[in-house]
Amino acid sequence: MSKVIEGLYYSESHEYVRVEGEYGFIGITDYAQHALGNVVYVDMPEVDDEVTAGEEFGAVESVKAASDLISPVSGTVVEVNEALEDEPELLNKDAFGNWIIKVQLSDPAELDALMDAKAYESHCAE
Amino acid sequence: MEKKTCLYDRHVALGALMSPFGGFIMPIQYTNITDEHMAVRQHCGVFDVSHMGEVRITGPDAERYVQHIFTNDVSGAPLGQIYYGMMLYPNGGTVDDLLVYKMGENDFFLVINAANIDKDVAWMKEHTEGFDIKLDHQSDYYGQLAVQGPEAEAVVEEVLGIPCKELKFYTAKVVGDIIVSRTGYTGEDGFEIYGSHEFTQQAWDKLIASSRCKPCGLGCRDTLRFEVGLPLYGDELSADISPVMAGLSMFCKLDKPEFIGKEALAEQKANGVPQKLVGIELADKAIPRHGYPVLNADGEQVGEVTTGYHCLSVDKSVCMALVKTEFAKLDTPLCVQIRKKVFPGTVVKKKFYDKHYKK
Repeated sequence: MSKVIEGLYYSESHEYVRVEGEYGFIGITDYAQHALGNVVYVDMPEVDDEVTAGEEFGAVESVKAASDLISPVSGTVVEVNEALEDEPELLNKDAFGNWIIKVQLSDPAELDALMDAKAYESHCAE
Repeated sequence: MEKKTCLYDRHVALGALMSPFGGFIMPIQYTNITDEHMAVRQHCGVFDVSHMGEVRITGPDAERYVQHIFTNDVSGAPLGQIYYGMMLYPNGGTVDDLLVYKMGENDFFLVINAANIDKDVAWMKEHTEGFDIKLDHQSDYYGQLAVQGPEAEAVVEEVLGIPCKELKFYTAKVVGDIIVSRTGYTGEDGFEIYGSHEFTQQAWDKLIASSRCKPCGLGCRDTLRFEVGLPLYGDELSADISPVMAGLSMFCKLDKPEFIGKEALAEQKANGVPQKLVGIELADKAIPRHGYPVLNADGEQVGEVTTGYHCLSVDKSVCMALVKTEFAKLDTPLCVQIRKKVFPGTVVKKKFYDKHYKK
């Protein structure tokens, strides 16, 4: 059974946002890492890149396939999790503990369109 | 609607991830591709490859017929000898790559790719005119297991009780109703065993119960064959990719009197081919996948990735790619476009890990 954490915002494509003030930490959910299998590469944007809600900002690759990362929110990338460059498997070990990018949110109202933990849990169960 | 192999229920019971492949619903992985890959490299793995197709050719003209449709030379072969080669279109494009087992005088057992079974059988039947042969399509009768890895010999002997120590690489023998051969698609020592569904089910159960070999899915079958540079029809060979382009000329015997496609291959060998299959090693860990563009130093597209992985045994991102011949020399700098970014790489041999056959 995949882990879901209270207090995060979730997208249908299995990304999460953890909000701290004006920043959002974006990563993939435990359900997503489980479905992907061994993550062997994370393709991340660069600092200062713009991301747009609903649009691709990178990819997570397992041995067999690449899966696009879809940004749940819009904003400017202020940090990328460089630890994932050398250890992409951190996403399998702890998906919620290893965010992928930190974004300065340009439109916090977008968060309202995302799911809470309970809604995401039922989305995964569908 | 995909077909199921005789081991389908067992795969589901083991919790395998099942996915369509070549017209069958097949296990992709049981635990994960990396563990299964390493089990075959280091110990032993068993694959359900019952999706592969089998055709038996017998009759007074069987050898002459096989010589006609197949690129390799089976003339004068000893009993039990196996040949790898292709069936070609007259223009040199590949119908399929296959194994031919010599089971007796004018008695051959052909093993073809699952995805090509209907096409191949139709092709074979179209070319029987003038040959006194019997063509028996046996895909629905045979199940097939591949037991692969450095411990495969001991596992087949001790768990299945099939004597196989004396079998040489690329030879086969008949044991009762089954055919066992020292062949595989992993670059390791190993055996492929063809038998009835009942035999295949019983053998699978014994192997799994023994805990001496890991059930392995098609996911690692692909990473294993890729690392040692073995082609997959649909990726490295196709109606548009001839064996000469794929670097497989050694399996096409142009000194044979004739075979379908011979003139085209001879012409390609003499005048060169516009594209060749190469290996490319990337400096970065990003993973090239089938269909991604290959670019030259000026950013022009000069080819396309056929298969790519982050190679598990050597921890490098590598691919096979079909590129314009002028860029096919070793050490040529080439780039691969992966999504929006372009990653630099170098042409290398298309064998990223050495085979460990027991010959």
